[in-house]
Amino acid sequence: MFVRMVYESFRRQKRRKLLAGIAVTLGVTVATAMIAVATDIGDKINRELRRYGANLLVTPQEDTLDVEIGGVNLKPPSDGAFLNEADLPKIKGMFWRNNIVGFAPMLPANVNVRTGNDSKPVTLLGTYLSKQLRFGKEDFVTGVRITHPWWKVQGAWPDDNSNDILLGERLAAKLDLKPGDHLDLVDREPRVTGILSTGGSEDENIVVPLALAQEILGRPGAVRRIYVSALTKPEDALARRDPKSMGPELFDRWYCSPYVQSIAYQLQEAIPHSHVEQIRQVAQNEGTVLLRIKGLMLLVTLAALFASALAVSAAMATAIFERRGEVGLMKALGAGNTAVAALFFAEAMLLALLGGTAGFAGGTLLARQIGRSIFDSQITIQPVLFPVILAIAVFVTFAGSAAAIRRAVRFDPVFALRGEA
Amino acid sequence: MTSRPSQPAATTQMSATDVSSRRADSPHQSMFLRMLLRAAMLRRGRATSALLAMIVAAAVATAMMNLYVDVQAKLRTEFRNYGANIVIVDNGRGSLPTNALQVVESTLGDRGLAAPFAYVVARTSDGSSVVVVGTDFNRVRKLDRWWKVSAWPGAAEETLVGTRAAAVVSPQGKPFDLSFQGHTVHVRPAGMLETGAAEDSRIYMSLSDFVSWTDVQPSTIEVAATGSAEDATTAIQRLAQALPAAEVRPVRQILEGEARVLNKTRATLLASAVLIIVTAALCVLATLIGWVFDRRRDFAIMKALGASERLINVFFAAEAGALGVAGALVGFVIGIGVAAWIGRVNFHAPVVARFSVLPVVMAGSVAVALLSAVLPISLLRRVQPATILRGE
Repeated sequence: MFVRMVYESFRRQKRRKLLAGIAVTLGVTVATAMIAVATDIGDKINRELRRYGANLLVTPQEDTLDVEIGGVNLKPPSDGAFLNEADLPKIKGMFWRNNIVGFAPMLPANVNVRTGNDSKPVTLLGTYLSKQLRFGKEDFVTGVRITHPWWKVQGAWPDDNSNDILLGERLAAKLDLKPGDHLDLVDREPRVTGILSTGGSEDENIVVPLALAQEILGRPGAVRRIYVSALTKPEDALARRDPKSMGPELFDRWYCSPYVQSIAYQLQEAIPHSHVEQIRQVAQNEGTVLLRIKGLMLLVTLAALFASALAVSAAMATAIFERRGEVGLMKALGAGNTAVAALFFAEAMLLALLGGTAGFAGGTLLARQIGRSIFDSQITIQPVLFPVILAIAVFVTFAGSAAAIRRAVRFDPVFALRGEA
Repeated sequence: MTSRPSQPAATTQMSATDVSSRRADSPHQSMFLRMLLRAAMLRRGRATSALLAMIVAAAVATAMMNLYVDVQAKLRTEFRNYGANIVIVDNGRGSLPTNALQVVESTLGDRGLAAPFAYVVARTSDGSSVVVVGTDFNRVRKLDRWWKVSAWPGAAEETLVGTRAAAVVSPQGKPFDLSFQGHTVHVRPAGMLETGAAEDSRIYMSLSDFVSWTDVQPSTIEVAATGSAEDATTAIQRLAQALPAAEVRPVRQILEGEARVLNKTRATLLASAVLIIVTAALCVLATLIGWVFDRRRDFAIMKALGASERLINVFFAAEAGALGVAGALVGFVIGIGVAAWIGRVNFHAPVVARFSVLPVVMAGSVAVALLSAVLPISLLRRVQPATILRGE
C-alpha cells in the first residue's frame, strides 16, 4: 500500500514532482560543479604558476663561484665542475616524476662575434629547446619552451639536433641581423632561425642547442646547471624540517609529499654529484598564492553549497505545502502522523536520489565545460564524489522538507479539507 | 507605515458606526497600504520564508560580486611578493645618473618600491673572483621578500654573504678582505643570504660602503610597481620619460605569470558567481511564485469585489517590490559581512565594501520579485474568480 501510494503520487502529480526534481537537480548540479572545480583548482593554478619559470636549480656539488653580472658570465668557461648530460633523463625516473613539468639544462660559453673588422665577446647559452628524450619506455619532451614560457621567438625555434641558433633581441639589433642570416663566429657560421625576446639578460645572448655549445666548448656531455619546473605542494611545518633529524616513518611521509624540499632531495639522489636549491623567488611565493586561491575557492564552494541547499529546501517546502488537502484526507481516513511523515520522506528520498544522479551528471558536464573554457584542460571528477554528492542531496532534501512536513502533519484535517489551512 | 493599532482579524464583528468612523478619518490611500501590510502579517510564515529566501539570495549575490571585484586587488598584493616587475638599467654607458633613485621614487610616489644595485667583480685574499653588490638593505628587504637572511647587516662594513660565496670567502664567519682595483676593504659577514639563484654567489654591502670603496655608482634599479599590468605599463612609460639616459624594461616573467594566474582565477570566480547567483535567483523565484500562487483566494476575492485588473497588478507588484527592496537591503549588509569575513580568513585583510554593488543587487532582487509576481498573476487572470473560490 505504502509503495503504491508513493508510486501513484509520482505518477499522478508529474508536474509538481518535475518541478521539485528540477530544483534538486539544479542544486546538485551547481554543488557538483563547484566541488569539482574547487578540488581541481589547486592543480590547475599550480600549472599556471609554472609560467613563473623553474622553481628548482641543479648545480654541480663542487662548483666554483658564479661570476655573473646582468647575464654576462665572467667566469672562465672551463672553470668549475659540470654535470653529465646522460644523467638528465633520470629526472623522469624519480618518485615524483609526474610532478616534473619540464627541465632545461644550461651550458654557457664565451664566444667572439665578428662585426666588420672588430670582434666582440658574447655569452652563448646551450640548452634544450624542445628536446625529445626517453627514459625506460617513456618518451617525453622537455626544454626551455616548457620551463621558460615567457621566451618569445620571432622567426622559428631551431631544431635541437641542428646547428641553428637564436639571437637575443638586443644583440640582434646591435649586429643588425635578421632570421635567415648567418652569424660570423670566427670559426663557424651558424644560421639564425629566430630572434629571441625574454625581457631578461638572455636578450644579449646567443641561445643554441646544447650539443652545439658542448662542441664549441670542447666538452661533450657537459651541463653547467639544470632548471627544473615542478608542481609542488605549499610548504608547511613538516616541509621545513631537516630530513636528517626525522624518524623513518616521518621521513617517508616527508619523502612522499611533493614539497619543493623533498623534490629537491630526490633530484639530488637522481643526479650524481649534484646540489639542488629551490629558487626561492618562485618556490616561496607560489605556495602563498596557491593557498590563497584554494582557500578562496573553498569558501566560494561553501557559499554555492549553501545556495543550492536553500534552493532545494525551498522547492521541497512549496511542494509539500501545496498538498495540504491530501494530508487532510489521509488523516481523515485514519493515517497517523508517522505514516504521513513516512510517505513524504520516502518521496523526498526518491526525488533526492533521482535528482542527485541527474545533477551529478549535469555537474560533471558543467565542470568539464568550465575546465575547458578557462584552463584549456579537463577537470576530472573522482567517482568517489558520487556517493558523497548523493548523501548531500538526500540530507539537504530531508532538511529542507523537515519543517514543511512537520507543519503538514500538524494540519487539522477539517481545515485542510475545507481549504483554510 | 500606519499608525493604526493592529486590529482583530474579523472586522465584521465591529459595529458599523465604529468601522465607518474609523474609515472617515483615514485617507482612501491607506486601504492599499493596509492590504499590503495585513497580507504580510496574516500569513507571517509564508511571507517570512519568502523574505528569508530573498535576503539569503541577495546576501550571496552581494558577497560574490564584492569578492569578484576585490579579489584582484587582494591577489595583487600577494603577487607583489614576487619582487620587481620593472628593471631600470644603464643603456651601456656605465652607470645611472646619481639622482636616478630619487627620480624613480618621486615618479612612483607610493605606487611602488625601488631598490638600487651596483656591481663589481672583486678579488678575495686567495685571488678568486667574487661579485660584490652595493645596495640599500632597507629597500631590498621590502622588495625581495623571498630572501632568506639569517641577520640583516646594520653597522658599517657589515655584509650579507650568499651561502655559496660564504663557503669561499669566510667559511667560519670570520672577517675577510676584498680588493677592487688596488683598493682593499676589510668587512665582516653579518648574515647569510639564501635565494637559490645567482644571489647565493654574491656578497652584498651597503651602498655607502660600496661607493666609498669602489667609486662605482648603481647601474640597476629594480622596481616593483603596484597595480595591474596596465599600471605597470604606464609606470614604465613615465619612468622612461623621467630617465631618458636609462633603459626601462618590464620583467616579462613576472608580469605575464601574474596576468595569467589572475585572469584564470577571476574567470573561475566569475563562473562560480554566476552559478551561485542563478541558483539563488531560481530559489527565490520558486518560493515567491509559490507564495503568490498560494494567495489565489485573495486574488479571487479582490476580483469578485470589483477590483480592476490594474489595481490587482499594482497591488501584487507593490508587494513584490517591497519584498525585493527589503530583502536586497538586509541581504546587502549580510553579504558585505560575509565578504569581509572571507577576506579576513583567506587574505588576512578585510574585503572593502563596494557600494557600487548595491544598485545591482537591488535591481536584481526587485526584478526577480516582480517576475515571480507577474508569472502567477498572468496565469490566474484567465481563471474565473468563482472557480478559484470554489477551491478548484
